[in-house]
Amino acid sequence: MNDRTINLTTRGRIFALMLRHYYLYRGSWPRIIELAYWPLMQIFLWGFISQFFQQHSTLIAQAGGLLLAGVMLWDVMFRGQLGVSVSFLEELWARNLGQMFISPLRPVELAAALMSVSLVRTLVGLIPAALIAWLLYEFAITSIGPGLIVFFFMLLAFSWAVGLAVCGLLLRYGLGAESLAWVTVFALAPISAVYYPVSVLPEWLQWIALATPSAHVFEGMRAVMLEGRFDWEHCFWALGLNVIAVALAVWIFASAFDAARRDGRLLQSGE
Amino acid sequence: MSNAEVHKPVEVIGLGKKFGEVVAAEAIDFNVERGRVVGLLGGNGAGKTTTMSMLMGLLTPTSGIARIFGKDASTRDAGALARINFSSPYVEMPGRLTVAENLEIYARLFGLRHPKDRIAKLARDLDLESFLHRPTRTLSAGQKSRSALAKSLINAPELLLLDEPTASLDPDTADWVRRYIETYQAETGAAILLASHNMPEVERLCDDVLMMRDGRIIDRGAPSALIARHGRQNMEEVFLDIARGGSAAPAGTGL
Repeated sequence: MNDRTINLTTRGRIFALMLRHYYLYRGSWPRIIELAYWPLMQIFLWGFISQFFQQHSTLIAQAGGLLLAGVMLWDVMFRGQLGVSVSFLEELWARNLGQMFISPLRPVELAAALMSVSLVRTLVGLIPAALIAWLLYEFAITSIGPGLIVFFFMLLAFSWAVGLAVCGLLLRYGLGAESLAWVTVFALAPISAVYYPVSVLPEWLQWIALATPSAHVFEGMRAVMLEGRFDWEHCFWALGLNVIAVALAVWIFASAFDAARRDGRLLQSGE
Repeated sequence: MSNAEVHKPVEVIGLGKKFGEVVAAEAIDFNVERGRVVGLLGGNGAGKTTTMSMLMGLLTPTSGIARIFGKDASTRDAGALARINFSSPYVEMPGRLTVAENLEIYARLFGLRHPKDRIAKLARDLDLESFLHRPTRTLSAGQKSRSALAKSLINAPELLLLDEPTASLDPDTADWVRRYIETYQAETGAAILLASHNMPEVERLCDDVLMMRDGRIIDRGAPSALIARHGRQNMEEVFLDIARGGSAAPAGTGL
């Protein structure tokens, strides 16, 4: 091979890993259905709950889409984290980690590919759910306005941080820790204040909640929907906390990768 | 001659690896020159896979250094890694993807600009065409071996690491794989490091052999020299001699 036939770029390797997941999904219809199944079920369920509450609650009547917006934005968190962790699990299930790293691939490129796959998976799951919400319950998520884009990417970034940290634990503990990929994000649900304001929580828990970017996003969402204003303070808090969360997650993942190289777990990954 | 060309494919100096108190490799020294096939022999747990893993940067050594084309393997230099590849029957490709899909992904990981051309050539050379579009998990052992060999040659490596490439293959397929490795080596002048338990294979393919036991190289030399030194008929007997703890001749005869 000469220089004209070799293209050693980070972008090329990230594309290769995305292609690997595209081929995987193309050949597996249960995986494709799974992407949209849960968001759709959530919207059906919460859509009817919203309709009921609208008739019995002043707050929900005031902003009818509050619950549905919460459901959909929480699903960004959930799908985004699964998109990273499950895509990494696919490599462990296929015992492919060693093979991949017998190439110029770098851990940071793997992480970037997992995030890119996560973005695609999240959109594939959420777009049908948003359409159903609009068609059945007359709630357009776009009614949140430009803030929606900010909320979406803030939650996605936090979900990537959680997902990468889970990948680090999977690298460290192998498939014995597989269930972490599915349950970790739920530990954040009560303190993310998805369906209620942070002020509902006990004071000591409010401090913990406000240390998560997600709580600031959902407070910001309520400010837009109930008060019609974009809360910049919550936005900056979410941004700053996300920077810390992503940096911490990258450190956890990089440390786990180094430990796997030290302990010889890369070729045996999956066991 | 560029800087990259003057470096040996493999230079190993005082390489060692401990897992806690367990010594997996210790004081390993050897080189692999261009155009040479070097065998890495030893019983199970002798340290062959550990040594290969350190050469690929998958395992960090606790002492010494392994250089690949002049670059410290533990730094995982992208330029050096693009020039090597590895095949082992114990490391499979994702089973849900077809052979062609897998090969395309590995080709792109190695930075090939035109992966389809390379895959088509390997499919012809390695007779993969009849199962190129079948999921890898549905292949027979022989087909999987040929696919794994294609994957290991996808970047036309200048250094090929082979860990028991013919394990669990029938004699006909095993012979076919050996012939292809010989052809590839003759055509490209690649350096090959071969770990094997098959002694006739070692005698046939290897220019030099490193005998390992308990993580150390305890003897080395050309197969004919080893056979003569141990006063045996073939490499099988030399292997048994060493594996069962027989005295080894002094190391340091060259590689």
